[in-house]
Amino acid sequence: MTTQNIIEEQKRQLHGIRIRDLLTTLTAAASAIAATGFLFSIAPLSGVLSFVLIAYILFIVFFALITAIDDDREGVKDRVASVIIRSAAVIIFSALVFIVVFTISRGFEALPYLNFFTEDMSLAGPLDPLSSGGILHSIMGSLIQIAIALAITIPLGLITAVFLNEIPGKYSRFVRTMVEAMTALPSIVAGLFIYATAILLLGVQKSGFAAALAISVMMLPIMIRASDVVLRIVPGTLKEASLGLGAGAWRTAWMVTLPTARSGLTTAIILATARGIGETSPVLLTSGFTASMNLNPTEGPMVSLPLAIFQFVKSPEPTMIARGFGTAAVLMFLVLILFMLARILGSDKNVFGNLAKNIKKLTKKKVAK
Amino acid sequence: MATKTQTTLSKDALDMAADTQKPRQLKYVWDFQDRIFRGVMRSAGSSVLVIMALVGLFLTLRATEALGTVGFSFFTTQAWEPDSGNFGIAAVIAGTVIIAIIAIVVAVPFSLGTALYISEYAPRRIKRALITMVDLMAAIPSVVFGLWGFFFLQNEVTPVAKWLSQNFGWIPFLSVQGSDPSDPLTSNTVFTSSSLIAGIVVGLMITPIVTSVMREVFSQAPIGEREAALGLGSTRWGMVKNVVLSFGKGGIIGATMLGLGRALGETIAVYMIISPVFVVQPRILENGANSVSSLIALRYGEATQMGMSALMAAGLALFIMTLIVNFAASSIVARSRSGASS
Repeated sequence: MTTQNIIEEQKRQLHGIRIRDLLTTLTAAASAIAATGFLFSIAPLSGVLSFVLIAYILFIVFFALITAIDDDREGVKDRVASVIIRSAAVIIFSALVFIVVFTISRGFEALPYLNFFTEDMSLAGPLDPLSSGGILHSIMGSLIQIAIALAITIPLGLITAVFLNEIPGKYSRFVRTMVEAMTALPSIVAGLFIYATAILLLGVQKSGFAAALAISVMMLPIMIRASDVVLRIVPGTLKEASLGLGAGAWRTAWMVTLPTARSGLTTAIILATARGIGETSPVLLTSGFTASMNLNPTEGPMVSLPLAIFQFVKSPEPTMIARGFGTAAVLMFLVLILFMLARILGSDKNVFGNLAKNIKKLTKKKVAK
Repeated sequence: MATKTQTTLSKDALDMAADTQKPRQLKYVWDFQDRIFRGVMRSAGSSVLVIMALVGLFLTLRATEALGTVGFSFFTTQAWEPDSGNFGIAAVIAGTVIIAIIAIVVAVPFSLGTALYISEYAPRRIKRALITMVDLMAAIPSVVFGLWGFFFLQNEVTPVAKWLSQNFGWIPFLSVQGSDPSDPLTSNTVFTSSSLIAGIVVGLMITPIVTSVMREVFSQAPIGEREAALGLGSTRWGMVKNVVLSFGKGGIIGATMLGLGRALGETIAVYMIISPVFVVQPRILENGANSVSSLIALRYGEATQMGMSALMAAGLALFIMTLIVNFAASSIVARSRSGASS
């Protein structure tokens, strides 16, 4: 009876955060910051980044030491690994948030001016204040180019994705590999390709259309891969039911597969749009640059948002740089909105909700007949 | 005797039965609609192949003029003066590789940590949000990364670079020419626009893609082995190290190479940060770097016919390099225990 009490085993804690961990972390952090502060006051060190780096290394050391007081070797390793992994994640996610916040906050210098959204830059020089000139031309340019690119990539991309799923075999496996290779196509090479074919060979001008072609080359593989993944999870039983009822391949794809995956496909399209709208280098080679509004994609240069940013910040003038950041903020807002839209439309609940709705619709139709 | 006959008989009967039971030849006649649909699907699928083939073909066609002029020295010349016939990609390829390696060194540890955090450590309810955030990070335009790198990161990295060169200048690639290590008041401009800064920014840009490939591989680690490790009394890190990481080894290598492929092709962010030099510049802390893609972005505007052809040749080299890296990556991922993801 007494021995039983003595060998009472402790359960390993695998989840959750213990109070002790929290205290250890805080203590280690506090002592690391204090020690680094001391180091900075006695040694010739400077800079925020070096402070953070040194403090972090000291923090890991202190943390390991404190944990070692009442834990064995494996336990210390576990704790230290967990802290390092967590901090890697924290650094990456805060870097992301910081990049977005930095861009948008510096953009706020230019954003309050209403003319920033309603004028183009044809009458505003680099020395003009922010109260004249704007980026309407590049907003319109981006919208026109992305619309043309979508008109090309949506049919092509979706049909290719259906092909990958409906006609499996050696050939489609090869196509899938090439799609993967195409996602890694350097964007500047896509620009060079359109420059070599459309502009040099076919004699298309440097224009919105050529830029849209280059963007399409970049967007196509992204759209195919994203929709391929979505189409793969369409239940085979639904397709078999349709085929079993005598529908052909075309009717099955059009009336069962695509509607079932509608929300997922929408997400795929929006994600590809978000990528395409931010492409700079393919556009750089193919669209030309203009400071004035051009709504005709087939003739004359047409500037898009990323290209406008690129041109603005090339100038050493602070107002032009402010305009560049303002444009970047607009672009980031656009990407963020597209992204939220994609997530709302493509959330898990939605996919299954849609699926259930479709099945209900199909059964209802059958019953009605 | 009697039994023998019986067997032969039954054999005959069996043969007959087999004859009648031979599966009916099913002949499927595609109706008109479906035939067109399959044709359309096939040709759409082929469009990808056609585009990739055309990219290779046209870059090669346009590059022949330049390659014919300089021949093999295209790979050994460092200068870029196409109009006087003295050009080559030695310097820019070296610069591209240096920046890509720095990017990988920055990206892989962070991606590994983030991927492990999402798949092993994060509370279930924030997992999806984190995955979305990684996707979002992949969609941040490269020009925005360039802005951030040029206007923010550069100022932060400069003192660190200075400190590194002063204390570790004896390592060849960390040395800096034009600054006196013993002089603490040396000018900072020599530390700006370096391969290091460009590499860090590109590293951040490829982190999301590397992270998401790694995360996908880790999440496929067999649950039975995880539970076995934990059941034998392993700590969480012990389980991660011996089950998840060893399972995902191929995926980690593949994801790294995938990231390398992306890093090689990055254009705008690199272009905005570096100040181009046309010599092989292995001192990563020092002002001056170059890459193939930023060379193209820099020179396409003023290029003559010969210059354009030379740029096409450089683009072709980049294209082939990324293709090789990418195919190697996907075959490693496909052959690993975790198999091809997505």
